[in-house]
Amino acid sequence: MTVNAETRSDAGAPGDAASPGIEGQHLQGGGLADRVYDVVIKGFALCVPLLLLLLVLAITEAAWPALRQFGFGFLTSSDWDPNNQKFGAAPAIYGTIVSSIIALVIATPLAVGVAIYIAEFAPLWLRRPVAFLIDLLAAIPSVVYGLWAIFVLVPLMRTAVMPFLRDTLHLGATPLFSGPAYGPSMLSAGLILAIMVLPYISSVSREVLLAVPRSQREAALALGATRWEAIQGAVLPFAKSGIIGGIILGLGRALGETMAVTMVIGNRHEISASLFSPGYTIASLIANEFSEASGDLHLSALMAVGFILFVITLIVNGIARWLVWQTGGGRRVRA
Amino acid sequence: MKMSEAIAGMPTPPAGAPMRPSVRQREAAARTSRTLVRRRIVNNIMVALLTLSAVIATLPLLFILFHLAKSGLSSLSIDFFIKDPKSVGESGGGMANAIIGTLIVVSVGCAIGLPIGVGAGLFVSEQKHTRLATVVRFLADVLNGLPSIVMGIFAWQFLVRPVGHFSAIAGGIALAAMLVPMVTRTTEEMVALVPHALREAALALGYSRARTGLVIVLRTAMGGIVTGALVAVARIAGETAPLLFTALGNQFRSFSLSKPIAALPLQIFQYAVSPYEDWHAQAWAGALVLIAMVLTISIVARVATTSHGDGGSD
Amino acid sequence: MATAAVTEVSAARGRSSTTLRVDRGGAFDAPTRERIVVQRLSAYFGTKCAVKDVSMHVLDNRVTAIIGPSGCGKSTFLRCLNRMHETVGGATATGSVLLDGHDIFGAKVNPAAIRKHVGMVFQKPTPFPTMSIRDNVAAGLAVMSPRPSRGDVDAIVERALRRAALWDEVKDRLHMPATGISGGQQQRLCIARALATDPEVLLLDEPTASLDPISTQAVEELVYELRREVAVVIVTHNMQQAARVSDSTAFFMLGEMVEFAATAQLFTAPADPRTEAYITGRFG
Repeated sequence: MTVNAETRSDAGAPGDAASPGIEGQHLQGGGLADRVYDVVIKGFALCVPLLLLLLVLAITEAAWPALRQFGFGFLTSSDWDPNNQKFGAAPAIYGTIVSSIIALVIATPLAVGVAIYIAEFAPLWLRRPVAFLIDLLAAIPSVVYGLWAIFVLVPLMRTAVMPFLRDTLHLGATPLFSGPAYGPSMLSAGLILAIMVLPYISSVSREVLLAVPRSQREAALALGATRWEAIQGAVLPFAKSGIIGGIILGLGRALGETMAVTMVIGNRHEISASLFSPGYTIASLIANEFSEASGDLHLSALMAVGFILFVITLIVNGIARWLVWQTGGGRRVRA
Repeated sequence: MKMSEAIAGMPTPPAGAPMRPSVRQREAAARTSRTLVRRRIVNNIMVALLTLSAVIATLPLLFILFHLAKSGLSSLSIDFFIKDPKSVGESGGGMANAIIGTLIVVSVGCAIGLPIGVGAGLFVSEQKHTRLATVVRFLADVLNGLPSIVMGIFAWQFLVRPVGHFSAIAGGIALAAMLVPMVTRTTEEMVALVPHALREAALALGYSRARTGLVIVLRTAMGGIVTGALVAVARIAGETAPLLFTALGNQFRSFSLSKPIAALPLQIFQYAVSPYEDWHAQAWAGALVLIAMVLTISIVARVATTSHGDGGSD
Repeated sequence: MATAAVTEVSAARGRSSTTLRVDRGGAFDAPTRERIVVQRLSAYFGTKCAVKDVSMHVLDNRVTAIIGPSGCGKSTFLRCLNRMHETVGGATATGSVLLDGHDIFGAKVNPAAIRKHVGMVFQKPTPFPTMSIRDNVAAGLAVMSPRPSRGDVDAIVERALRRAALWDEVKDRLHMPATGISGGQQQRLCIARALATDPEVLLLDEPTASLDPISTQAVEELVYELRREVAVVIVTHNMQQAARVSDSTAFFMLGEMVEFAATAQLFTAPADPRTEAYITGRFG
């Protein structure tokens, strides 16, 4: 290193300087605000894990008496007889899964279709409004869906859709669509759930599709592919795991949806092959029987089915998040 | 489009290629031109199906809004907003108690949930490389996906069961538990959008990290955070399930945080599943009011985001 | 030395030349002393060494330029002088930086306090987007003790904007958002913001890198003028800029300081062959 003498100060003493020196104590102290700030925001952040911990604690504690009494049989028994203190969660678990599957079967093609339409085909001026209308579906409260379903959807199912499926299409021969058309049923619940989860699947799919690099589809188009072929061959494979993640997120929503389902599923403890017959889901069981629960064991049994729901949704969400994070490369996809 | 189709129809080498096309190549060319028509038909069918799916997907919203307007408007009156429910058989009455109750419970939820959510989001974004931040971000996502009924059970177990009665405060806390993870993620995303250079500029002025975070970073991100928070508040305002276990509902007007309280979604539910015509009408009116509240908040948030996104230079 | 290169900014903009006339005399001969003394400073990102064992000093009322090829550690070095270096995760520094004889790495020293005395302007303009032009300039005043009164703030803002040669351009729109002015104006706004708190030292990290030629000239004018009041350290990859505005220049390469000399001497008779290679354009 070469340091030339000419750059050295010609007047060494601070007193000669044009401006006064800095006093040492001015440079010290302070920092209290930062320490408080760190502690406070860290405290807020810790609330999130704490909340989950408390959730686990609360639900386990509440469910414990029933889980201890019935053990593994709680999952497989379909006896639900509060008067005789017998509780089995099988019909509710079955109903939860079946209604969610119906919802996904109906909602997935529509939701992914809308997402592709918005991301790839819609004229630019139409994209925002259509996306907005679909997203608004997610803003409608569950209870409003339930109200609409009770007074509009269920009568329509009873008078038109169910007879049409059973008699006109002759699907009544299969066990799935047989039996009397009450209206409130697994199928009605699945249908209202389909409408409710559609915006979630659609918005995740849309974001994932929009995240696919432009070059990906342009390369396919340049090779002579039609637009659909470009989407099918170049875009969808790229977005696949993200879309699956979106579908599983939708599944998570469907599994835990409470009010609308409670209002249309018919609330009966029964496993029936027919989708026309009433049933129960975990969430609707809890919501429906909570206020009239007879005794501690009944309450605890309700909490135990809640516990099962909690565990299922935890797993489903974990998988979905993982898939979406992978595609988005950590980019946030709204859901 | 035309260009690419033309290319697709010409898989054989261009004129002047050193070799004549082989038999296999000619067959392929013939096949291609035959399939080209089919490919275009498939393409058009798919476009039609996708467009149709967009139409079908928007129908339920329009139907719901139509029925709400039709059945709700006819039972909506001034009384609905200023009177409490009458007992079965008496006509008239309103849901003033439920509207007040919703405002109280949601306010409690916001008062608790918003600061925690914003603070946690600030932490996750400011200390994003720490292990705790990663854990908090992931857990917030997990919490976001949990059914709202679970939040109700949590609040019931800790806040209702031990004291032996339902209360507005328990309802508020259940809603706050829903709000926290939503607001955490929104805040984190919005704070992450604030350029790092702004933080540095503030620190270089002698700002403490605290002041930088609160006065510069948070304020710059505030527009987006408010938008996200509004969407979250709209969502909790329409929640019913957690309130079943906590606020319970009340036929009378209550302002007490420690007593059961009515809420609009709860009242809609109870009226909708009742056997009385009058109550059904009231439920429709209530749903119309609720959805007006929720959609207004959502749309305000949406419009705010749009203008924010278009107008901001950074 | 750099006289010829510095021309009249306002003339270049086709306006009256009265406000921005540059007076070449004076500042250069003002008495000086060592404002900052750097002793054996090394800076690291994790285990990677970005600045190796640098010792130099910064004179009051002089402009010190730091030049070198990209990645040579010049910005990192600059950021050590007000402890901005450590705001990056995993960044550390050893050695000492004495500001008026006080080690800024001292155990009890608050980095925020250091930065009040050693202002900084960055490569890209960084106006605070939520604040008006006036509030941007006044932003640093909020952390001064004692805090200036409201009336004083307006006077300080005007003075800072005048010092940054921006007052005439923005005086009629002080309450407009700061993001609404041009890039060059934004950069001078940032300089005004840094000057408002009366720092003893001003660090400029490639302040003209993102500016057009005319704005660059305006900022260079300003830097040349600022030596009347503060010690200026400017990092630049533009050798001509260093030659135009600085009194002494340090040449960095691969994290080391190769040479530190009076600007005229470094550019005309470099002592180190690497410096010569760089300034004659053989690499970098």
